[in-house]
Amino acid sequence: MKYLKLKSENIKVFYKDFQALYDVNMDIQEKRVTALIGPSGCGKSTFLRTINRLNELIEGTRTEGQIYLDEEPIYEKDRDVVGLRRKVGMVFQKPSVFPMSIYENVAYGPRIHGIKDRNRLSEIVERSLKAANLWNEISDRLNSPAARLSGGQQQRLVIARVLAVEPEVILMDEPASALDPISTSRLEDLIGELKKNYTIVIVTHNMQQAARISDYTGFFLNGHLVEFSRTDELFVNPRDKRTEDYITGRFG
Amino acid sequence: MLTNNTREKLIKAFLWLSGLIIVAILFIIIAYIAIKGVSAINLDFILEAPRRAGKEGGIWTTIVSTVYLTLVSLLIAVPIGVGSAIHLEEYALRRSWFANLVNLTAETLAGIPSIVFGLFGFVFFVIFLQMGWSIISGSLTMAIMILPTITRTAQEAILAVPAEYRENSLALGASKWQTISRVVLPSAVPGIITGIILSIGRAVGETAALILTAGSSLGMPGGLLDPARTMSVHLYILAMEGISMDRAFGTAFLIIVLIVIINYLANLSLCRMSQVSRQI
Repeated sequence: MKYLKLKSENIKVFYKDFQALYDVNMDIQEKRVTALIGPSGCGKSTFLRTINRLNELIEGTRTEGQIYLDEEPIYEKDRDVVGLRRKVGMVFQKPSVFPMSIYENVAYGPRIHGIKDRNRLSEIVERSLKAANLWNEISDRLNSPAARLSGGQQQRLVIARVLAVEPEVILMDEPASALDPISTSRLEDLIGELKKNYTIVIVTHNMQQAARISDYTGFFLNGHLVEFSRTDELFVNPRDKRTEDYITGRFG
Repeated sequence: MLTNNTREKLIKAFLWLSGLIIVAILFIIIAYIAIKGVSAINLDFILEAPRRAGKEGGIWTTIVSTVYLTLVSLLIAVPIGVGSAIHLEEYALRRSWFANLVNLTAETLAGIPSIVFGLFGFVFFVIFLQMGWSIISGSLTMAIMILPTITRTAQEAILAVPAEYRENSLALGASKWQTISRVVLPSAVPGIITGIILSIGRAVGETAALILTAGSSLGMPGGLLDPARTMSVHLYILAMEGISMDRAFGTAFLIIVLIVIINYLANLSLCRMSQVSRQI
C-alpha cells in the first residue's frame, strides 16, 4: 500500500538575497527510501532541512511554499516545531555524539520529552540500540563515554538516538560521507532494515549508494529539482538530458 | 658570519632561557615567601583570632572573611556573568546594538582600576544604600569587578561548543533552553571554571577596593552586614603599619595556599556537577 507521507509544494528557500531552492515539488512515500542527489551546492541538503524546519536556525533564511506531513501543513505560524522535529528525526553528515555516556546519548531525546521512569528509559535505550544494530557491540559498556566509539559506531549511536524519540520520518544528510567502506555498508544494511518502519529521506553525493538503497530519487541542480522518479527509472532511463549527464559522470 | 646551524642553536638557547626565567621568577617568589613565612606559621597562627591589631594571635578571622567574601562575590557574579554570556552567544542577534553595548561595557569594566570600583562601592553601597562597611558591600563591589572576566570566559567557552551539538539537540525536538542547559553549558563548564578561577585570584588578592567597602575590622563577620578584613587587606596593614613583617609573610604564604585549595575545590565540584569528569 502506498501512502503519501510528505508532500512539498512550491518550496523556495532564500538565504538573504540568494535563492537556494526554486519551486520544489516532491511526493515522498511512506516506508520508502527517497534519495536526493546532485552536485555540491545544488540545494539537496537545503531541501532536506526544510522538512524539519532546521533552516530557520540560520539567521536571514526565509522559506516559502508548503510541506505537508500526513496532509498537515508544517509551515504554519502556530505549528509546534518541537512536535514536528519529534516526528521527523535527522542524522547529520558528521556523527556528533554528545559528550555524555552512550546510555545518556540515547536517553537524551526521551528525557527532554518528559520520560523520567528509569525502567522505561532503559527499555527505550535497549530497543533503540538494537534497532540501530549497535546493541551487541556495546551492551556491556553503556556508561562509558560515547566519544570513545569508532566513527561507524558513533553514526549508528546517533541513529539510535533518533530512533529513541520514535519518529516517523528520518532525514539523513550524507550519513556515510565520514565513514570507511565497511561502516558504510553496515549503515546501508541498516537503512534497508529501517525502511520497514520508517520513511527515510537521504541526501547522498554517492550515486551508487542512491541506486543501491533508494526506491525514489530526486536530482537537484542549481536549486531546481530537475527530475524525480523511481530510482530504477531515473538511473536507467533519465528523462532529462542534465540528469543523464550527471549520472553518467559528465559533470559534478 | 654565523652558520645557520649556530644561529638555530642560539635562538633555541634564548627561547629556552626565556622559559627558564619565568619558572625561576615564580620559584624564587614562592620560595622566598615560604622561607620567610613558614617560621610564622603554626596551627595557632591559622586557627586563632588576631590580638593587638595582629601583632599577636593568628589570622583565623581574616581567612574566614576572605572565603566568605569571595564566595558571596561569586554567588552574585557567576549567574549574571554566565547569563549575559548565554544571552550574547545564544539569543542576541549578531551585531545587534544591545549585544554590542554589552560587549563594550564588559570590555570597559575590565579596564577600570580596582580603586575606582572601590570608590564607587564606597559611595554607592556603603553610604548611599547604607550597607556600611560590610561583607555585602565588599562582595557587590568585587562582583562588579570580576563580572567582565566571568562573562568573557563564559562567552568564549560557549562559542567553542560545536554547532553540531546544538543542531542535533534541536533536531531531536529539544527546545532552545533544553539544548543550552543540557548540552551547551555542560560542554562549556571547563571554560567557565577558568573564568571563575581567575576571578577567585582577583578577589582573594584585592586590597584597595575592599578597604573602602568591607572595611578593616578584625572581628569575626557573623553576617552579610558585618565588616570584615580579608587576608590581603590584613597583609597590607601588617606591612604598611609596621606591625609585623614575619606575620605579613606568613599571611602571604597562606594566601597562596588558600588560592591553590579554592581552585582545586572549584574544579572538583564543578566537574562533578556537569559530569564532565566521567565523560572525558
